[in-house]
Amino acid sequence: MPLMYYLGLSAFMFTIGILGVLLRRNPLVVFMALELMFNAANLAFVAFAAFHKVLDGEIFVFFVITTAAAEVAIGLALIIAIFRTKHSVDIDQMSELKG
Amino acid sequence: MSLSDLMMVLPIAFILGWALVLLLVDLWLPRERRGLLALFAALGLAVALGLDLAQSGRSGRAFGDMVVLDNFAVFLNALYLVSGLIALALGYDYLKRMEIERGEFYALLLFSVAGMMLLTQANHLILVFLAVEFLSIPLYVLAGFARPRLESEEAALKYFLLGAFSSAFVLYGIALIFGATSSASFGGIIEAVRNGSAEIGFLTAGAVMLLVGFGFKVAAVPFHEWAPDVYQGSPTPVTSFMAVATKAAGFAVLMRVFLNLFPGFAASLTPVFWGVAALTMIVGNLLALAQSNIKRLLAYSSIANAGYLLMAFVPYGNAQVAGQAVSSMLFYLLAYGLTTFGAWAVVVALEQAEGRGLALEDYAGLGPKYPWLGVTMLIFMLSLTGVPLTLGFWGKFFLFRTAVAAGYVDLAIIGLLTSVISAYYYLRVVVIMYMRPGEPKVRRDGWLNLVTIGTAAAVVLLSVVPVQVLNLAAQAVLHLP
Repeated sequence: MPLMYYLGLSAFMFTIGILGVLLRRNPLVVFMALELMFNAANLAFVAFAAFHKVLDGEIFVFFVITTAAAEVAIGLALIIAIFRTKHSVDIDQMSELKG
Repeated sequence: MSLSDLMMVLPIAFILGWALVLLLVDLWLPRERRGLLALFAALGLAVALGLDLAQSGRSGRAFGDMVVLDNFAVFLNALYLVSGLIALALGYDYLKRMEIERGEFYALLLFSVAGMMLLTQANHLILVFLAVEFLSIPLYVLAGFARPRLESEEAALKYFLLGAFSSAFVLYGIALIFGATSSASFGGIIEAVRNGSAEIGFLTAGAVMLLVGFGFKVAAVPFHEWAPDVYQGSPTPVTSFMAVATKAAGFAVLMRVFLNLFPGFAASLTPVFWGVAALTMIVGNLLALAQSNIKRLLAYSSIANAGYLLMAFVPYGNAQVAGQAVSSMLFYLLAYGLTTFGAWAVVVALEQAEGRGLALEDYAGLGPKYPWLGVTMLIFMLSLTGVPLTLGFWGKFFLFRTAVAAGYVDLAIIGLLTSVISAYYYLRVVVIMYMRPGEPKVRRDGWLNLVTIGTAAAVVLLSVVPVQVLNLAAQAVLHLP
């Protein structure tokens, strides 16, 4: 298959991720959209690596997966901390900080 | 990996090891002796600062060209380490009286400093991404450190969501650049551009993605929305650290990446930088006018300052002024860092539990009642405004001079006009401090006083010898291939 198919899918995933972050109000869904963006980049890495026949891109994906896992740990911990204090995680209700 | 490789990153390796030891020591230290941990962390930062300064003048690459060492990195690493020390001094009493003194604070701060140093020394785009995450993830936790205070938790979540959002842009940009050149190391990318095998469309798209991602990190307009909320909600010592060190790290990596990789795309990228710089200066200063909370005011002030700093990027493709742009950016970062830390130290002194003592009205009567604190705050506000002959003035002067030398007189004029606007909100703080009667409550603490007096003294003394400081910054040039 040509490279452009993979890149098209990757760009599509990235766009959906951006829209999800900007439009959705539940931090968990926003979180999933963020993961989608990271994985869109991963797909692009692997597609380019296969196209150029260099292994680097596939190795980068391992780094990205590891970092994304660390981010998930922090993000879920923050969401749980907020839920304990507030019993809600809706972003629209986060209005303590206004100026 | 050889010993000479390790020597190149010795301060980073030392800070990392020290932070791990801190985590262990925290387990054994009894609760009431937590203060020792701060001193221990400060000792680590001070030793690393010594190691870093010992590296000045050396340059080279290590770990298969993954990291680079040059005076640019030495200068900025020193800036991060001093920022870490100041943040520790601000937090020493603050954490105790806000009852959030937990041992992880110190380890997280050290991890974040190590991430910034790695980011500045990175010579490979994947290392850039890893270092960005490495400095950000501890900061997400630090922003929410005042848990269970809701403001702090919300600040942390906002910072986290937008930080990860911007990291995704950085990552996608890296993927595109990798696709365009089949390499992610700086050397490989430069080589591919030089021999014409790079796919220009992907490369430009990747550069723009990187700019968007780092634009979020340094809070440039239109990617600034998160900054006031996060700065307001985070514990104040963490805010001051974010305002100075994180911003410096963001500008450092922008400078290194764009000067190294994309000098050939200056024609298409310079207008983008021009627009972002102008917009950031204008919007940051205008929004600051309406603020009544000192933390938000300083947050918008830091956005506006990001605009002035971006001015150094506009002529980046012009080889004649590139060196001047780097040195004036470093000078401005130093001036801005010292002044901002001083101003935040005064904020820490007046802040009470539950977010009280942060309104501008709470500063009424500060000048007459606490002459020293009043005078130092006066110095910081005048320097941030850029009143002639203050340190902030010299910083702006050198930046504007670079812009004019590169032929961007219009940008310098925007900078000048927005500085005049900024006088209104900075001097309003001074007017409230001296002209309005009031009974401010001030926290006295030795370390806090040391920071306030020390930064004020540095701001005054360095403003006497601006050219010498600029020459020092001029030696901190980038190691270009």
